Amino acid sequence: MSEVLDAPLLHEAEPVARVYGQPLEQLPLDLYIPPDALAVMLDAFEGPLDLLLYMIRRANIDILDIPMAPLTRQYLDYVEAMRASNLELAADYLVMAAMLIEIKSRMLLPRPKAAEGEAVEDPRAELVRRLMEYEQMKLAGQKLNELPQAEREFFWVETLVEKSMLVRLPEVSVDDLKQAWMAVVRQATLKKHHKIGREELSVREHMGIILRTLQEKGGFVQFETLFDADMGAPALVVHFLAMLELGREKLIRITQTEPFATIYVNLRSGEPEEAMLEEDDESRADQESA
Amino acid sequence: MSPELIKKVLEAALLAAREPMSLNDMKQLFEETLSSDTLRKLLDELRAEYEARPVELTQLASGWRFRTRPEFLPYLDRLSPEKPPKYSRAVLETLAIIAYRQPVTRGDIEEIRGVAVNANVIKTLEERGWIDVVGHRDTPGRPALFATTRSFLDDLGLRSVSELPPLEQITQTLELEP
Repeated sequence: MSEVLDAPLLHEAEPVARVYGQPLEQLPLDLYIPPDALAVMLDAFEGPLDLLLYMIRRANIDILDIPMAPLTRQYLDYVEAMRASNLELAADYLVMAAMLIEIKSRMLLPRPKAAEGEAVEDPRAELVRRLMEYEQMKLAGQKLNELPQAEREFFWVETLVEKSMLVRLPEVSVDDLKQAWMAVVRQATLKKHHKIGREELSVREHMGIILRTLQEKGGFVQFETLFDADMGAPALVVHFLAMLELGREKLIRITQTEPFATIYVNLRSGEPEEAMLEEDDESRADQESA
Repeated sequence: MSPELIKKVLEAALLAAREPMSLNDMKQLFEETLSSDTLRKLLDELRAEYEARPVELTQLASGWRFRTRPEFLPYLDRLSPEKPPKYSRAVLETLAIIAYRQPVTRGDIEEIRGVAVNANVIKTLEERGWIDVVGHRDTPGRPALFATTRSFLDDLGLRSVSELPPLEQITQTLELEP
């Protein structure tokens, strides 16, 4: 199998290059990488499959017909160099080295006869399948990376919505207005003040009025003539009270000869036995009626 | 409501939105019932109207959203000197495996990549909100199954996993990339 790598010989004798002064008549086809360069390349590979792919693609080998011996040899050189400098990295690579050696040894063994109509599986088949699948994913990863990416090739458009710029006015319907008005009216009726106006009705004042009237009319009148219906009920009551008060104070005399007969009111000032005209100082202050 | 007015309302809502808006979100904007077809038609018109603008309306996995066109990034970048960190190859390969082979366990990822999965790689992707645990495989240890999220599709401008770039057919021989 190793002959494959040596296959394409140059037809012309013309050297393609000179190395250390020696003409190089053939392009180097092996995978030799100087150890110094190796150290630099160490981190460049993503793993044993990546390294194997690199070696295969570099040598332009048919992936379906991998020359196991030279590939394994070169691979081991590489891993050896790697172990010297970075032991930690080497574990995955060693597993692959074991696999490569296993494949090579199985290829050396005589193959069991295939059953009728069945192709004998190449020991390299699994390795090839894995290499091809890895390569496919590796390229897919590169392609994904080429797609325009959010926040790398483009940005999402986000317009600031300044909500405070727009003053949100509450909405009012005709119905709301009606409801509100009804509520106001209801409140108003509940809270309406009962206003009590003070009408200054003085008993003393009415007492004066009565006395004055009596004097004007000759000191003797019928009871009814002292009352004027136009005065209104409160005034009439006070007027009546004033009359009773005058009677109590013995300033007038109220007389009725028989039940249901006409009542007369007359001044008592003319009468000789009663001379108490001075103002009473007892608690007869002005009375006010509501 | 006239289609013109509906379109304006949609535009305002999309510009004010902080997340992609789904058609259902948009329907709530209107009293009248609008069909998804009507909305889609108006959104397409709106997208066309923005053709000449530096922002574009895009349809994503979780809805519609305005975003700046990538060609304006060089200018916008001058405002923020901090460059977004680049993801390592390990992160990108892990992301690719989760995206294309989901749902996968950590073991599946290790099987494909041939190396142990660094816990930080998973953490990086989880913190970005691009992957999450969607279940556990019924095998010993019940390992967590990872899958990509809607946010991952949104951030890459995709509507679904089926819009991921197609996997390359691996050629038997291939020149080493420069």
